[in-house]
Amino acid sequence: MTAVQEPRTSTFDDNDQKPVGFGRMLRKEDPRLLRGRGRFTDDVQLPGMLHLAILRSPFAHARVVSVDTSAAEAAPGIRAVVTGAKLAELGLAWMPTLSNDVQAVLATDKVRFQGQEVAFVVADDRYSARDALELIDVEYEVLDPVIDVRQALAPGAPLIRDDLDGKTDNHCFDWETGDADATAAVFARADVVVQQDIVYPRVHPAPMETCGAVADFDAVEGKLKLWSTTQAPHAHRTLYAIVAGLPEHKIQVIAPDIGGGFGNKVPIYPGYVCAIVGSIVTGKPVKWMEDRSENLISTGFARDYIMRGEIAATRDGKILAIRTNVLADHGAFNGTAAPVKYPAGFFGVFTGSYDLEAAYCSMTAVYTNKAPGGVAYACSFRITEAVYLVERIVDCLAAELEMDPAELRLKNFIQPDQFPYETKTGWVYDSGNYEPTMRQAMDIAGYAQLRAEQAEKRSRGELMGIGISFFTEAVGAGPRKNMDILGLGMADGCELRVHPTGKAVVRLSVKTQGQGHETTFAQIVAEEIGIPPADIEVVHGDTDQTPFGLGTYGSRSTPVSGAAAALVARKVRDKAQIIASAMLEVTVADLEWVKGSFQVKGDPGKSVTIQQIAMRAHGAGDLPEGIEGGLEAQICYNPSNLTYPHGAYICVVDIDPGTAQVKVRRFIAVDDCGTRINPMIIEGQVHGGLTDGVGMALMEMIAFDEDGNCLGASLMDYLIPTALEVPDWETGYTVTPSPHHPIGAKGVGESATVGSPPAIVNAVVDALKPYGVRHADMPLTPSRVWDAMRGRATPPI
Amino acid sequence: MQVPAPFEYERATSVDQAIGLLERLGSSARLVAGGHSLLPMMKLRLATFDYLIDINPLHAELGYIRVGAGEVRIGALTRHRELLESDELAAAFPIFRDAERVIADPVVRNRGTLGGSLCQADPSEDLSAVCTTLDASCVIRGPGGAERVVSMGEFHVGPYETAVGDGEMLTEVRLPVRPGGGSAYVKVERRAGDWAVVSAGAAVWLAPDGTIADARVGLAAVGPNTTGIPEISAALRGREPAEKLYEQAGAIAARSCDPATDQRGSADYKRHLADELTRRTLRTAVARARS
Amino acid sequence: MQVTMIVNDAEVTREIEGRLLLVHFLRDVLGLTGTHWGCDTSNCGTCVVWLDGEPVKSCTVLAAMAGGHEVRTVEGLAKGAELDPIQEGFMQCHGLQCGFCTPGMMMTCRALLDKNPDPTDAEIREAISGQICRCTGYSTIVRSVRWASVHEAAAAQTEGAQA
Repeated sequence: MTAVQEPRTSTFDDNDQKPVGFGRMLRKEDPRLLRGRGRFTDDVQLPGMLHLAILRSPFAHARVVSVDTSAAEAAPGIRAVVTGAKLAELGLAWMPTLSNDVQAVLATDKVRFQGQEVAFVVADDRYSARDALELIDVEYEVLDPVIDVRQALAPGAPLIRDDLDGKTDNHCFDWETGDADATAAVFARADVVVQQDIVYPRVHPAPMETCGAVADFDAVEGKLKLWSTTQAPHAHRTLYAIVAGLPEHKIQVIAPDIGGGFGNKVPIYPGYVCAIVGSIVTGKPVKWMEDRSENLISTGFARDYIMRGEIAATRDGKILAIRTNVLADHGAFNGTAAPVKYPAGFFGVFTGSYDLEAAYCSMTAVYTNKAPGGVAYACSFRITEAVYLVERIVDCLAAELEMDPAELRLKNFIQPDQFPYETKTGWVYDSGNYEPTMRQAMDIAGYAQLRAEQAEKRSRGELMGIGISFFTEAVGAGPRKNMDILGLGMADGCELRVHPTGKAVVRLSVKTQGQGHETTFAQIVAEEIGIPPADIEVVHGDTDQTPFGLGTYGSRSTPVSGAAAALVARKVRDKAQIIASAMLEVTVADLEWVKGSFQVKGDPGKSVTIQQIAMRAHGAGDLPEGIEGGLEAQICYNPSNLTYPHGAYICVVDIDPGTAQVKVRRFIAVDDCGTRINPMIIEGQVHGGLTDGVGMALMEMIAFDEDGNCLGASLMDYLIPTALEVPDWETGYTVTPSPHHPIGAKGVGESATVGSPPAIVNAVVDALKPYGVRHADMPLTPSRVWDAMRGRATPPI
Repeated sequence: MQVPAPFEYERATSVDQAIGLLERLGSSARLVAGGHSLLPMMKLRLATFDYLIDINPLHAELGYIRVGAGEVRIGALTRHRELLESDELAAAFPIFRDAERVIADPVVRNRGTLGGSLCQADPSEDLSAVCTTLDASCVIRGPGGAERVVSMGEFHVGPYETAVGDGEMLTEVRLPVRPGGGSAYVKVERRAGDWAVVSAGAAVWLAPDGTIADARVGLAAVGPNTTGIPEISAALRGREPAEKLYEQAGAIAARSCDPATDQRGSADYKRHLADELTRRTLRTAVARARS
Repeated sequence: MQVTMIVNDAEVTREIEGRLLLVHFLRDVLGLTGTHWGCDTSNCGTCVVWLDGEPVKSCTVLAAMAGGHEVRTVEGLAKGAELDPIQEGFMQCHGLQCGFCTPGMMMTCRALLDKNPDPTDAEIREAISGQICRCTGYSTIVRSVRWASVHEAAAAQTEGAQA
């Protein structure tokens, strides 16, 4: 029996409470959350508050013939019943999506997916609101639905978007990237070409807290206050101004504590707009909290890409080119949340971590009678799909070449001296050093021993698999020259005020959903101006209290807002230095910054602390010429490029040959996210993403029957991993700072969600090698694995 | 969150009072114990009742495991956790502990009951398969304290349908204890806490000479009903335990069941599992009977 | 109907509908919003509270059923300013991120330690297997419980030595 290296487990003895700056620090947000004193949207209670419930379509595609609300209106405790027709009178029946499409707030003409909003009720309490839905009588004329995405463009397919002028088919958009001719030429001369159809099925972020809002419209002040589950409060405010016609300065969006987002809480949902309308109509605060079924059937799904991958290589394993054709299911409305010039998000990084000669992607996106969405679930704007494609197809190539998949990857990595590296699809990777990351993962895993163990087990008929993935992410959207959402540049503001006693408040445009912003941003500022994190209050999530910015998604908080926090702190420090020079009666150039104070060079006895400077800045006495009182600054950071974190993941699975059940035995993740601010929080981000990966690879899928009924409409049917399906995670790290980020940090929130699914699928396929399996699509449920073992692997859709 | 439609809540004070209420209120009333099947269905408005009669207060009366020489009697309100933790029950019928480890989750097991599981009569439900395997009989009490005892085959009328009539209540499950017994349960699930893709229970009783005196197999989630497969019992009786024999039993299980393709798996796969799990549980049951 | 129960050591009596779920009674009637809800089908476990000392899913218990019984919620875990060791463990070991599943997780883990002061990792995972955390990946929750276990044992030893 081959010895297997014991999994590494972290201890809790390394609790380094640094007074200033980076390192493991316990979270500032924990005390309230641990005591049940968090304030989530459903915890908001206002005097006189009413409750809203939404009636949804039971059909995927149907004409709304009539809606009779009279019985509901007559029910006890009912304050308002609103239909699409009523909203149309107010001009509010449709709203823009984040992709410049439109989406019905309440259906006026047709329902286009099961679960679409048809009417809402406002009642005194949530039970009465729910009861009244039973009393609304909707007559539908059921239409043929478009469920099979491959049939969406077939001649004679039912037309879904007849609301759009001149629309005659279900085509949503075409998109391409790379050089088709150059790629074709490389493929033509390659020794080896491998092709594989790969499906990334529709999944759902399903944060534990569902979406919801409390709207409070004050008719006298003309002011709307909206507490809502939003990852992007400022962007939402601007959109409400556009949708509802309310002046933007009279809208305050507050994102209170958020019970997980994962991209599910980026879009604006009809429910939020309904809550606003409900409050305007009734003159009372109105709360809407969707239930779990509503969350799963109507809010932003993820993935749903049908991909054909092709890879060209030399016989000795030099990868030359990758080509892919994608059919993308966007549901009934294009609700993708991505920069407008990137309709497929950042899928263009499908070239992965490899030095290629050519690459090309063509994509067709279509409408179907399914819920809208598409970019969510920690996907880094579709990089999840891209990484899955490249890491799966590279494994297919390894199988074809009978080459070890680790060796194949090592042979093709972009080399450290090639950075900044421009890919064949035009992305400029900022920095990277891939081989040490890969080697570390292999060392932790004991890769050679694992392969020996596998060989021995195979000889006994046991099924063990080892899967590798190596990813490069593109996060921190983005440079305003080419990235915006609905015309809003993807920059982020930050404001820092140091109070007279040397305590500080930093105000962010981004918003935590569990990532620990209240801690890490205090650490970033602390690192720069030497005030302990405990003395720095982080304010976020309230548009009246914070500068404008686009919010937290796409792993952009650290790369964009984190940079803003560092730079605003440096701006304050620069001013502090001028004040210090006056206090110490030396020139600015004579001072050096020693964390927390300015010191006269060569005379450590002469120094002033940042706290002393703060008092001076606010106190009596003259300040240097041209310097205003106070110690504060504000900036808006426009990133010059994205940041490109990378990582090497290795998964070990065992499969029961009799039942085809997959057990993830070990998972090793080595991440490089550049400079590490709080290793404890980074590890947590990675662990969570790996668990998402296990979910997607093995069990999660939003499936539909042929009538368009959603088959994953509850947590009984949409399975999310529990503690029993995941191993004790083993992590490691390397550090390759970003050259253009002020502190060299790259972002890590989505790395593991992006990187882990291919490692798991590759491990399962590797385990099934004795059965001649080269590919099997997610989710790899026991039944689907059993089919694969019998040579009957089928796509899930 | 979804909420149930309005109903009147009644609290039971005794078994006979509860039966009296059922008799008076008819089919508009339903008993609720753990509530983990019933309340979610009511919240999703897949079921509505005018009255719910809470029988949790009867736990002192109906929550028990009595292991006798020839029979184990279990009160209908015995909770999953109590079934899991009972060493006496595990000694008599290890199949119970096997099954209880994989029924729902630990928190649900704190509330859910044996009677509730059987009365829900879900074809995928594990305890029905266990009771079928053990040839259990069910005590149903009616108005005036009248009791009738039915076999599992009679109890389980069809999916979500039992022999318990209006004005009646399942009060006890009786399990015959025979010498030389061993039992086991295996469930294949997509994830912890999920309903079974397929599960199988097996019980064997070995004669002093080591041959199989009797054997029973119960399957869940492979057809509309959770029933034993008499053909397997017939094939095993009087035979020497052996792999070949388990294979034969597995083959019978596979061809006797009637699974449907759904999100949990294809009918083919489920049929395969019926075979595979029958063999596995028989193997374990025999090993346990021997030890 | 009227219901009376003990919640976090205090007796409360309220007029309620028979159908009111315990989780809504705690959150909306008593204002104890530390207990959350995340599904309709008793799968997620964010609503776990204690009923007579046993963890239960309060979305699947009627408030009326709790009448005459004792309920404990996350708000009743700390002793004044002093966090329960399980709360301290979650903080020390990063056992929470968004904090939404955390109250339910801690109630289950506290009950586990009360029964089994030195659980194995496997026992901890089994105990929380009816509860979903979307953020942490569970390893840090397991460590948090172990932290509490180790520190409670150490504290008990110190107390024993002093006595």
